[in-house]
Amino acid sequence: MASNQKVLMKGNEALAEAAIQAGCHHFFGYPITPQTEVAAYMSKRMPKIGGTYLQAESEVAAINMVLGAASAGVRAMTSSSSPGISLKSEGISYIAGSDLPCLIINVQRGGPGLGGIQPSQSDYWQATRAPGHGDLHILVFAPSTIQEMVDMVFDAFENADRYRMPAMILADGMLGQMMEPVVFPEKKVVTFDKESWATNGHKNQRPHNIVNSLYLQATELERKVKERFERYEVIKAKEARAEEYLVDDAELVVVAYGATSRIARSAINSARAKGVKVGLIRPQTLWPYPSAVIAKAAQTAKAFLTVEMSMGQMVDDVRLAVNGKAPVSFFGHTGGVIPTPAEVLSEIEKLTGGDR
Amino acid sequence: MLNMLLAGFGGQGVLFAGKIVAYAGLIEDQYVSWLPSYGPEMRGGTANCSVCLSDQPIGSPLVLAPDVLIAMNLPSYDKFIDKVVPGGIAVIDSSLIDKKCERTDIHCFYVPATELAQSENLQGLANIIILGKAFGESKFASFETVEQAIHKCVPAKKQHLAEPNLRAIQLGMGL
Amino acid sequence: MAIVYQRPHALLDVPTHYCPGCTHGVIHKLVAEVIDELGIEGNTVGVVPVGCSVMAYDYFACDAVEAPHGRAPAVATGLKRAIPTNVVFTYQGDGDLAAIGTAETVHSATRGENITVIFVNNGIYGMTGGQMAPTTLPGQVTQTTPYGRDTDIAGYPIRVCEMLSTLSGVAYAERVAVDSVPNIKKAKAAIKKAFTAQIEGKGFSIVEVLSTCPTNWGFTPVEAIQWLRDNMMPYYPLGVYMDRTEEGVKHNA
Repeated sequence: MASNQKVLMKGNEALAEAAIQAGCHHFFGYPITPQTEVAAYMSKRMPKIGGTYLQAESEVAAINMVLGAASAGVRAMTSSSSPGISLKSEGISYIAGSDLPCLIINVQRGGPGLGGIQPSQSDYWQATRAPGHGDLHILVFAPSTIQEMVDMVFDAFENADRYRMPAMILADGMLGQMMEPVVFPEKKVVTFDKESWATNGHKNQRPHNIVNSLYLQATELERKVKERFERYEVIKAKEARAEEYLVDDAELVVVAYGATSRIARSAINSARAKGVKVGLIRPQTLWPYPSAVIAKAAQTAKAFLTVEMSMGQMVDDVRLAVNGKAPVSFFGHTGGVIPTPAEVLSEIEKLTGGDR
Repeated sequence: MLNMLLAGFGGQGVLFAGKIVAYAGLIEDQYVSWLPSYGPEMRGGTANCSVCLSDQPIGSPLVLAPDVLIAMNLPSYDKFIDKVVPGGIAVIDSSLIDKKCERTDIHCFYVPATELAQSENLQGLANIIILGKAFGESKFASFETVEQAIHKCVPAKKQHLAEPNLRAIQLGMGL
Repeated sequence: MAIVYQRPHALLDVPTHYCPGCTHGVIHKLVAEVIDELGIEGNTVGVVPVGCSVMAYDYFACDAVEAPHGRAPAVATGLKRAIPTNVVFTYQGDGDLAAIGTAETVHSATRGENITVIFVNNGIYGMTGGQMAPTTLPGQVTQTTPYGRDTDIAGYPIRVCEMLSTLSGVAYAERVAVDSVPNIKKAKAAIKKAFTAQIEGKGFSIVEVLSTCPTNWGFTPVEAIQWLRDNMMPYYPLGVYMDRTEEGVKHNA
């Protein structure tokens, strides 16, 4: 695909194309709505570039194929939607415990269980708290436009390699299915030397490399986990990202990510037109969470409102960041129901006492 | 700014018609979004898509209150006719929808698009005929842009289909 | 002085954790000898399971990955697809391969995934202390079949080679045993044939090795060998179940 040309693309297809351009030539997937276009796109493109598209027998197998390919030192990825991510959680834990990089895409749909197929953000806790068993984190990126989906795929692969850990793009059915104009930037793909750990065959030139998450000695496992958490601290300090919109003079700050941040922005524009001092903080990374940006806003803002397509999950992180300095309320819909700008506006007006 | 909702049965091509509108916005350097309904309802059931064109970044891509509604079957008409904003436009395929709108605050146009597609040898292009009417009434882009958008949306290997699409647009515009 | 016997290079000089009389050591050695003889240590990657051989990565000199329980064939698939010129083998027990990992086993086999599976069948979960395995024989007493495996309740054992031999992607499937010197020699030949099939791109290869678990069976090593002969071999006949190592599995519709 020619670069620097604006094209109209579905989010799912843009994610796939971006991954290929970021040097990922190994994709392992399994069909599930609303992310199937990622796999379909990969199945079309990979054979043409000598890459691997493999439809696995299950989500479980797919993530373990990613584990294998990542062990060999190549950029590998899988994509799924909520129920499928639950199945992948075993593999994600092993990948994190083996210090392997990879990309996982979650185009969220409503849950729990089979739930529904409409857009949702109810896997926030799963992505940021417990993507698998054990003490671990994964990098979580939250795009809100198709262009940002593309840009974040590059960032996700790069930081996954840099910090040797899984990265996730946490999207939703709306972003996956919608089309927007997008430009594929002439990005230089940053590569990393993996020879010190990859199980790519030692060629009789080095001791054998072992990819492993098993440490039967408790003290050794503790040391290993603590080492990883020291790395997490570096990541928290360097990699948390958020966009601020009209926050400086805002009395009410809305916090929303992904699809709901777009809806919130529309509502904020309407409120501003009525003279209401309201702004938006849009976390672009959910782990690490941009707590500092919110804490700073809490020094001046009188109140916070979190908007999500869930029963209120990210609101926990907002409350932790605000740390009691201002009330934090929540508005949302779940199950695949998309909040409307009018609803968010009315919530804003309720919290700010209407027109000023 | 345009918030358009195109709705009909799966297979009538409402998603494709919406894509032409989105591409027209792209060509004229506007902010654009195109959002389809998805899931089992697509297979033989109702399908719809929301298209937004704007000079500002687009918030929700979901069109709940369209300026322009294209309704190509009765369930879509029933579901969305009351959602059209006052002063808005509704273009209705009168071959398949035998109701007349009672609202006086919107502009309703009745186009027998499905019958015209048959009689004018434009099989499968009722969606484009009706889009032509919507374009003629709302002028969401220049005609040259729409022509270009059609060429963009017709796959490279099927460029021979661009001509009937253009004919269908013009037929709709002239109604 | 001529060296008549030595530890294979592909087997590291480290103490192992296996129980006295366990045949994992013999099977490790056979795999390592084959790696040596084929000269492939530098481009071989082993995938080890969850089970008694979970730490086999410490014993083989080639690169190795420890897989989640049952997922070794999926992990091997990823490794092989990433670098097809490498030789990738899994080393799995019966619980890993034929219970929790059945889907991965069957589907890597039917894809004709060009990997080699070393399947150690001793009819019991060893590492967790002797519970019923998918290959536990009818009537066999284990910790979780204290009255013997009742097939009305627990169903029947899986004959893995027989099952996989129905799949078009399988280039080679043989069942061997390590109960005697002649059988150990046959086992090595089978392992070598399986690795060779992979090197030649023929498709999925599996060698099922009937093995003992003296500790959890509650026998001495010698008694265990005899029990294997008397009970396992009749239920799991030795032999070649599929051999497409000449023609390979491509276009094998």
